[in-house]
Amino acid sequence: MSSHSFGVERVRADFPILSRALQGNKPLVYLDSTATAQKPLSVIRAMDDYYRNTNANIHRGVHTLAEEATADYERARERIAAFIGARSTSEVIFTRNTTESINLVAYSWARKNLSSGDVIILTEMEHHSNLVPWQILAEEKNIRLEFTPVTDEGELNLQAYQNLLELRPKLVAFTQMSNVLGTINPAEEMIRMAHEVGAVVLIDAAQSAPHFKVDVQKLKADFLAFSAHKMCGPTGIGVLYGRRDLLEAMPPFLGGGDMIKKVTLRGFTPNELPHKFEAGTPAIAEVIGFGAAVEYLEQIGMDQIAAYEHTLTRYALDRLSEISGLKVIGPPAEKKGGVCSFTLEGIHPHDIAQLLDREGIAVRAGHHCAMPLHQRYGLPATTRASFYLYNTLEEIDFLAEALEKTKALFG
Amino acid sequence: MDDLYREVIIEHYKNPAYRGVLEPNDFSFEDENPLCGDQIRIDLRVDENNRVTEAAFSGHGCAISQASADLLLESIVGKPLGEVKKISKEDLLDLLGLDNLGPVRLKCALLSLKVLKAGIYGMGEVGDSLDRDEE
Ligand SMILES: Cc1ncc(COP(=O)(O)O)c(C=O)c1O
Repeated sequence: MSSHSFGVERVRADFPILSRALQGNKPLVYLDSTATAQKPLSVIRAMDDYYRNTNANIHRGVHTLAEEATADYERARERIAAFIGARSTSEVIFTRNTTESINLVAYSWARKNLSSGDVIILTEMEHHSNLVPWQILAEEKNIRLEFTPVTDEGELNLQAYQNLLELRPKLVAFTQMSNVLGTINPAEEMIRMAHEVGAVVLIDAAQSAPHFKVDVQKLKADFLAFSAHKMCGPTGIGVLYGRRDLLEAMPPFLGGGDMIKKVTLRGFTPNELPHKFEAGTPAIAEVIGFGAAVEYLEQIGMDQIAAYEHTLTRYALDRLSEISGLKVIGPPAEKKGGVCSFTLEGIHPHDIAQLLDREGIAVRAGHHCAMPLHQRYGLPATTRASFYLYNTLEEIDFLAEALEKTKALFG
Repeated sequence: MDDLYREVIIEHYKNPAYRGVLEPNDFSFEDENPLCGDQIRIDLRVDENNRVTEAAFSGHGCAISQASADLLLESIVGKPLGEVKKISKEDLLDLLGLDNLGPVRLKCALLSLKVLKAGIYGMGEVGDSLDRDEE
């Protein structure tokens, strides 16, 4: 698919922030969607409309506003459940973000089901949010953590993964797409392999759900976590998908209002799914905004988005390869999403990011919450340019030109 | 392209005069800025009157943090430690010729001073208090 038929200019018109100018008169070139995506007007409007017209607390009220707000909130859940192919809305738990979703599994499922000496298999390319919760658990319960290694090319070593599975892990948790290398991992195959040894599998879909079709039933994922803010939705809202039988058997995570059916002075009966895991007043406007974001992405089509981003990625890798001294880490375009993390000889990523900012180009510099992965490559930091449906080939030209200028300055 | 990256900074970054390590030394201290992975070690030798005779820095980081370390060490060689202790953030920013850094880059620029002061006082607390008065 060519960028022409995708109609990127029409898409861009949906995002108010993209018409902003920076540093005087330079158009914003936003290449940091992996950190957080920009929001289309339909999402901003949905939230604004909720506060203007329907604001009320949900689930318990009988007045009109409460009923409307509850209906809007639950309709968003239905839309999101359908978006990921969940069998039922009971399997879609609202959390604050991917990080909280993973912590929910660590605190509730894992504390109940894992004991001393049990094994969890992670990978070397995980975001800190899929490492630290397991480290906390490992320390507390004497769990053994093992890591599928990453090859020099930036892919998981599947032979090593196969060998690690012989340890009979209770849990396998990995990212479907790396936020640094862009690598798209063969999740379906890896899940099948893990299930063969009886492991439960958690997928970090923070980077995959925004960029291509993720279907929990096709994947056969047991748990899957993602954040709205990386997929054109608001901050402060995320999802934990969980297989119903697993969720049913799990103890509650946070206690309080909404997650109970009945309370006495000395005890409580937990509410039904999914409410059992949603204690307290939720982020109602954000859930409604999330529903609008999913609707927006579906209207454009996840396959169209993925194909267009692939065009951008191929072009970016080509353009960047023309810059001498620049090295992109991660696999070739066929195996990755729209993330290019790179080093430029003799220039620190922070200096690069700062100088690009002066040109109106937003990129990220640092370890991108994946310090162990950077250590694996012997790099203290990289500069990361990442792409989403609203980026253009021309913006990649701007990036390449600004990088040449940066090099000239450091001469 | 940018006034932050003035010639003096690029020059001290590319051709630092004080890069290296001193072994043995009278003071050696290192610290890092976890946000960006900048890391600096400073070694000092002093004479019997506690005057700095030699100084060197090592580590890695952005142009701002490295140039700042080089300029800072250039400014303290020959000075008594008592005077070095009194160098303020403003003094260093003057040396760098930078006055309106954002909070993130300020940490880069001041990392060398934080390391130096903590080294001289022989403890980490000075560095922490430096952090604190930024806020
Ligand atoms: C792969 C991956 N996992 C997890 C996260 C954490 O997402 P959040 O900060 O929304 O919880 C991110 C976001 O940076 C990510 O890229």
